[in-house]
Amino acid sequence: MLELQNLVWELPGGGSIINGVSCKLGSRLTVITGPNGGGKTSLAKLIAGVEKPTSGRILLDGEDITDLDITGRARLGVAYAFQQPVRFKGLTVRDLLELAAGKKLTADEQCGLLAKVGLCAEEYIDREMSAALSGGEAKRIEIATVLARGAKLSVFDEPEAGIDLWSFARLVETFEDIRSNTSGSLVIISHQERILSIADEIVVVADGKVRTAGPREEILPRLLKGEFTARCPAAFDVHGKAGECNG
Amino acid sequence: MAEMKDSFNEVTAEMLKVISDYDSVTGFQGAYNIRQDSMCAGRKNSENITIESKTDKPGINIRVKPGTKGETVYIPACVTHSDVDDLVYNDFFIGEGADVTIVAGCGVHSDGSETARHNGIHRFFLEKGAKVLYKEKHIGTGKGTGLRKIDPVTDAYLKGDSYLEMDTVQLRGVDRTTRSTSAVLDKGAKIVVRERIMTDGDEDAVTKFKVELNGEDCGADVVSRSVARGNSHQAFYSVIEGNARCTGHSACDAILADNGRVDAQPALNAANVDAALIHEAAIGKIAGDQIMKLCSLGLTREEAEEKIIEGFLK
Repeated sequence: MLELQNLVWELPGGGSIINGVSCKLGSRLTVITGPNGGGKTSLAKLIAGVEKPTSGRILLDGEDITDLDITGRARLGVAYAFQQPVRFKGLTVRDLLELAAGKKLTADEQCGLLAKVGLCAEEYIDREMSAALSGGEAKRIEIATVLARGAKLSVFDEPEAGIDLWSFARLVETFEDIRSNTSGSLVIISHQERILSIADEIVVVADGKVRTAGPREEILPRLLKGEFTARCPAAFDVHGKAGECNG
Repeated sequence: MAEMKDSFNEVTAEMLKVISDYDSVTGFQGAYNIRQDSMCAGRKNSENITIESKTDKPGINIRVKPGTKGETVYIPACVTHSDVDDLVYNDFFIGEGADVTIVAGCGVHSDGSETARHNGIHRFFLEKGAKVLYKEKHIGTGKGTGLRKIDPVTDAYLKGDSYLEMDTVQLRGVDRTTRSTSAVLDKGAKIVVRERIMTDGDEDAVTKFKVELNGEDCGADVVSRSVARGNSHQAFYSVIEGNARCTGHSACDAILADNGRVDAQPALNAANVDAALIHEAAIGKIAGDQIMKLCSLGLTREEAEEKIIEGFLK
């Protein structure tokens, strides 16, 4: 269970990105969605420890992790898939997966991890995670490094970005598979209806705030309806009944 | 002297493990020559590879018979105490169509206040279609204040369709090094250089490459990766001359840490309209997002930096 308590994140030069988010992310699979620029990625970075909040607290299973850095949170069981995969000259896919897993991986384990993101281990395991890989390939490997961690809480920032349609279907299956076969919980930032449709809970973030949150069955129909009336889901609480996320 | 029994000291024994993967139980498999403090400390020939001492100056001639396939020859050189200034001339004659690996590590150990230096002058003569993988690892050891210096000079002559790959590594401990490498290529020949250098403390490393691409369709690929830490300094100079239809690529990639300094001066001289020459150079500190990514896998900042450097120099 991840709990955000009145989280605020302001830029050093003024202007706030996150304006008091309070929320409990306790389901197996939570999807955070909302309009571009609404604060979704910032929220993911605050959860992973990439950025520090200006005020507010973050609790993981009741433990206050607000003051832990990215390493401390990783060791407590938070995993984070970057929206833009980081490239390394010299580090191979194998190096990254083994660092993520914290151990040497057998050929079967390598194969299993990469197959989940639609890649063949034989072809990729010894390739450098460098600029020589395409955007889609790098993205899949980035996701595989998070899967390799087997974390308590895995945060994926727009996993669909840069991935082709065929692999995307596979990716959705992978998330479903993780949900049913592991004990960890997933937080996915996404705009994709396919991903929204497998969520247990949906949180809509707009203008740096939680606009609404609740079970998928309740939120998704209104989101889809909102698409017809106003393209921006942030506006939909005008049309539907807004849920409150009080933490 | 065609062969002699091995006789080397403990410092050499330790260095051999690092510089040439020496197994103290099985020894070297194949032909070898061990040089210790300007003397020969072990030598063995194989059926296809012979090693003989030069008669006019210090050093050896290594001759590989035409058509020799898959053999490895080891020629490590060690300086095991200070106040040694070792100078050696080694010539490699690689017969037509041969395909061999040469392992040429060098270690300098200083335990006193005088300089310990090894200066190896190597010449490679590759006959038509010959293929050589040349692996070289340099280290400096010992707590002496005397400087540990290694100044290799390598001149390679590549005949038609021959191939030379030079894989060189120097990781810490060598206080001063100036490496000069030149190559002249005939038709269809290729040279590939993979250099990795890490300097720390007050170390200084200079590498100079000069490649003359003289034959039609010959090519060069020179890639240097370096890390300069502490107050160390490195300089990379490369000149690729395209005098025929050819391809030339050089890349200098450097990571700076602490007060490290790196100079890179790549030069391309094209004297033929079909000479395709490219250079890349990048110098900078480790990117913040790289550290962040590894931290997100549970590594500390320091562990992340080590990993990134280790991978970079792999």
